[in-house]
Amino acid sequence: MAEAAAVVAESLAGYRARAARAVLEQVVLPGEELLLPGQEDGEGPGSAGERPLRLNAGARSRGRVVCGPGLRRCGDRLLVTKCGRLRHKEPGSGNGGGVYWVDSQQKRYVPVKGDHVIGIVTAKSGDIFKVDVGGSEPASLSYLSFEGATKRNRPNVQVGDLIYGQFVVANKDMEPEMVCIDSCGRANGMGVIGQDGLLFKVTLGLIRRLLAPDCEILQEVGKLYPLEIVFGMNGRIWVKAKTIQQTLILANVLEACEHMTADQRKQIFSRLAES
Amino acid sequence: MKQVLKESLPANGDTSVLAGVYGPAEVKVSKEIFNKATLEVTLRPKIGLPGVAEKSRERLIRNTCEAVVLGALHPRTSITVVLQVVSDAGSLLACCLNAACMALVDAGVPMRALFCGVTCALDSDGTLLLDPTAKQEKEARAVLTFALDSVERKLLMSTTKGLYSDAELQQCLAAAQAASQHVFRFYRESLQRRYSKS
Repeated sequence: MAEAAAVVAESLAGYRARAARAVLEQVVLPGEELLLPGQEDGEGPGSAGERPLRLNAGARSRGRVVCGPGLRRCGDRLLVTKCGRLRHKEPGSGNGGGVYWVDSQQKRYVPVKGDHVIGIVTAKSGDIFKVDVGGSEPASLSYLSFEGATKRNRPNVQVGDLIYGQFVVANKDMEPEMVCIDSCGRANGMGVIGQDGLLFKVTLGLIRRLLAPDCEILQEVGKLYPLEIVFGMNGRIWVKAKTIQQTLILANVLEACEHMTADQRKQIFSRLAES
Repeated sequence: MKQVLKESLPANGDTSVLAGVYGPAEVKVSKEIFNKATLEVTLRPKIGLPGVAEKSRERLIRNTCEAVVLGALHPRTSITVVLQVVSDAGSLLACCLNAACMALVDAGVPMRALFCGVTCALDSDGTLLLDPTAKQEKEARAVLTFALDSVERKLLMSTTKGLYSDAELQQCLAAAQAASQHVFRFYRESLQRRYSKS
């Protein structure tokens, strides 16, 4: 029994909460605990509770650290709940400890307030439309949430139409609600997406990459053919080019971008540009 | 809205199980739980229709997953785990548990820890065998399967068949805890490989 106990002690010894700063950009697994910057000194080996003297006292003000997707607060530590790379963003101005989040690869969308998504109208019941956004429930969209819509002037939306809108209510307890106007009452690009074109689905991580500022993929695609493209944060992309063939080529290229390295992508684009 | 979000293929020797996770998705009103997700597990044997043995394994896997998945983040939704046995050469339940865990992690279902399954067999001399083959399981005096979590190697689920003493149970548990290290290292390596491509 003594050997068994020794073996168990050895296997448990490997577990220890790590500092969040030390694990940035590395893959973290669910169940790991991360220490925030203010707590690291107390955990160091041997110091027996003494705080080391600091020459520049104001260096690390605790501020308020925002716990983003994939992390939960657990006491005064962060518990990782999804597998992915840990990322951190410094606060833009002054106070606050910035945002920590886990960049995970997922296909299933969970509605979040403020996200712009592409939905498919599945039903019209009375004054609201039911829109499928790829989440666990269909979102509701009132007919008055379009630009210039009044009780007399109803928008022309049929079952099966594509809608680009944003969520105003999206939490785990309530049915998600979306609108096609912004807070000033203007459409701002939202509303019913026009005829033709192709809607296809990609992973959520690819959408986030494409929507990041200075995305190379988008610039290269733009040089290839003239096109219209709409990205929904729920993993859906609508694309329309001059001919059906070009539309299909663009759809295939965007889907494949998930798995290609930058060099392979450049090769494919140069080959397409020649033909 | 039924898209397979993950297929994982772990193999304990020659036992392999294919796992797919769908969710959080819509749930029938009769099955919905107002404050957490409804977890459903379906285990399909390689040949024949699912029977009572599959039902009991499904329940064990479901109880383990419920202990670990943060269902409170997705109330009134359903998370479905579908397991298909591709080949069975012993230690099937442990393999199903490992497959289910990897599938849940890959689908992005929020979890408070990882879990793994380990099988121990005690033969008539009292020798402990980890991950027994089907033949060793049949000849063993007792077969014990444990599900352990990754944070502190705590016991999440145990199912045992046969005759064993209290001391032997503790021995098997300790051996399983030591063996789970290897499984969790495998999880870590394969997930790191997956994220290294992006």
